[in-house]
Amino acid sequence: MPSPTKSEPQAPNSFRAGPDDHGFFGLYGGRFVAETLMPLILELEKAYEAAKNDPAFQAELRDLLEHYGGRPSPLYYAERLTEHLKGAKIYFKRDELNHTGSHKINNCLGQIQLARRMGKTRIIAETGAGQHGVAVATVCARFGLPCEIYMGATDVARQSPNVARMHMLGAKVNSVTAGAGTLKDSMNEALRDWVTNVRDTYYIIGTAAGPHPYPAMVRDFQAVIGNEVRKQMLEREGRLPDTLVAAIGGGSNAIGLFHPFLDDKSVKIFGVEAAGHGIDVPNGHNASMNGGRPGVLHGNRTYLIQDEDGQILEGHSISAGLDYPGVGPEHSWLKDTGRVSYVPITDTEALAAFQLCAKLEGIIPALEPSHALAYVMKLAPTLPKDDLLVMNMCGRGDKDVFAVAGYLGMKI
Amino acid sequence: MRPETRIDRCFAALKREGRPAFVTFVTAGDPDYETSKAILLGLPEAGADVIEIGMPFSDPMADGPAVQASSLRALKAGQTMKRTLQLVREFREKDNLTPIILMGYYNPIYVYPNDAFLDEARDSGVDGMIVVDVPPEADEELCLPAIERGLSFIRLATPTTDDARLPAVLANTSGFVYYVSITGITGAAAPVVSDVRAQVARIKRSTPLPVVVGFGVRTPEQARTLADCADGVVVGSALVETIRTTLGPDGRAGPDTISAVHRIVQNLAAGLRSATARV
Repeated sequence: MPSPTKSEPQAPNSFRAGPDDHGFFGLYGGRFVAETLMPLILELEKAYEAAKNDPAFQAELRDLLEHYGGRPSPLYYAERLTEHLKGAKIYFKRDELNHTGSHKINNCLGQIQLARRMGKTRIIAETGAGQHGVAVATVCARFGLPCEIYMGATDVARQSPNVARMHMLGAKVNSVTAGAGTLKDSMNEALRDWVTNVRDTYYIIGTAAGPHPYPAMVRDFQAVIGNEVRKQMLEREGRLPDTLVAAIGGGSNAIGLFHPFLDDKSVKIFGVEAAGHGIDVPNGHNASMNGGRPGVLHGNRTYLIQDEDGQILEGHSISAGLDYPGVGPEHSWLKDTGRVSYVPITDTEALAAFQLCAKLEGIIPALEPSHALAYVMKLAPTLPKDDLLVMNMCGRGDKDVFAVAGYLGMKI
Repeated sequence: MRPETRIDRCFAALKREGRPAFVTFVTAGDPDYETSKAILLGLPEAGADVIEIGMPFSDPMADGPAVQASSLRALKAGQTMKRTLQLVREFREKDNLTPIILMGYYNPIYVYPNDAFLDEARDSGVDGMIVVDVPPEADEELCLPAIERGLSFIRLATPTTDDARLPAVLANTSGFVYYVSITGITGAAAPVVSDVRAQVARIKRSTPLPVVVGFGVRTPEQARTLADCADGVVVGSALVETIRTTLGPDGRAGPDTISAVHRIVQNLAAGLRSATARV
């Protein structure tokens, strides 16, 4: 158990060893949940450890990822974007081509297998952009388990295509009107459901956050992204990438890309936070590491957007998937240790990147990776031409076309 | 040996009288500071033996709609952790007997930060704390520092707390044990009495502390039935729901807000005192 306020000052021997036995990454993480959930959280940890070390579990997961999920996803050289930015050689990791349209399926296929192993008969989940909700509804349909998704009312409105998809997949979608009706509120409601139905229900958390073992488990399921990039880049270029960039809401696609490279000192790593209306606008962004401070919410200690009294703020982002006032605890630790740089990108910058990518590369990105792309647009021109940059294109923009058309004043 | 606290004295006196404890919960600053203070000051006379004061939090994950709304009303009216401690200080100026337990979530304490909060809580006249999202696994952070300052740290035991886990839950618990009678959130389904009886008996075999029962208790009849199988009963959602129903159209305290809360507490207390047998 670490001191509750001090982070470790010195760099660790490995950045890939966490969490510790209590679920902490330095100061961050842990298991801050109500007693009703504690026995289940401990049971989940045991079940996950057993599954992780079971070759049969891993073989089944690999098979599903390949034949159902569509992995490996391509590593694509974005030639026109590279020419346009006149700097680093830019690759996209094409996780938007996965089944269901984002990286979320990687985690859901892992967790649904675990839920089945644990004998759970009902699945719940929270969702922001709806990408996780769709992935959960998909795996529940595939394995015949009933499923309820909690989604903020604001997000239900701005991501309506995904709401329709969840319905078609047979999920029940519960619109959450509490708070600002975004991801934080949907997570509160999912936790309330879980505490009520704890005996038969498995909660598939969609990001690398929440009580231990979720941050480590979700990271492990998403690390397939970084492991593939490593292999693909060695095949393509004969060496490791120099620069990694990914968007951060809770941070699951980012930790999945970053984690396999954390101990490769030559690799520079950037996580991109949602700066909404601007990092200086009070309650106008969700850049928890650039504009927040450590606190405890949703089962873990991590950077949070909060007021002086410790009340959690709603924040804002144009991207429903990044509209969350916290971040996965491993990112908080990577920030404090300095291993990863976390940078802010505003709504306006993300919208510009969204349009540029569509027109230059013929890829309509989701608003979440549009934030990563906006930072690539700033960073790439400052890098030499032989710098190998990989950006995680973690989701496709089909869900966002109506919302973006609205922002841009397009008639469709 | 721990010095005797207001909580210990209260339960010892109740035991001598042969009646169960009536524990009431209201949120600090709901619907506003002055009304909340008047409600609190009248609770002992209306029949409350122990007072739990909710520390408002933006994200009360273990609470049902009634307590959520109560928490948000208080925050909207400007309640803060500092004002909650001030409320306790002002209560203590008038009442130095009734035990006060602060109940809430970890984050507002953590950012206070912990040591300063515990010092000020003790100096304000707080007797104990219930912090929903700090499990025994994190005792070194908050529970042990609280105990060092003479504050009781009251732990929730739940229907999922099995025999293997119960010793960990009871290890650093002091004052009393709060048995959460349902798997769920505050103010939800009514507890099944036979289950509660068996669970309370199980807990009492492992601890000499009093065991009180809460979550989902609404009526005098329920309170009476549950009091037969425990050392006390907690009522919260029904009280803050009463506050809500008496508010004016502008959302502010109505003319009956204070008296309506005291009336329901009187009714519940009367129900409770007609409990027949003690365990």
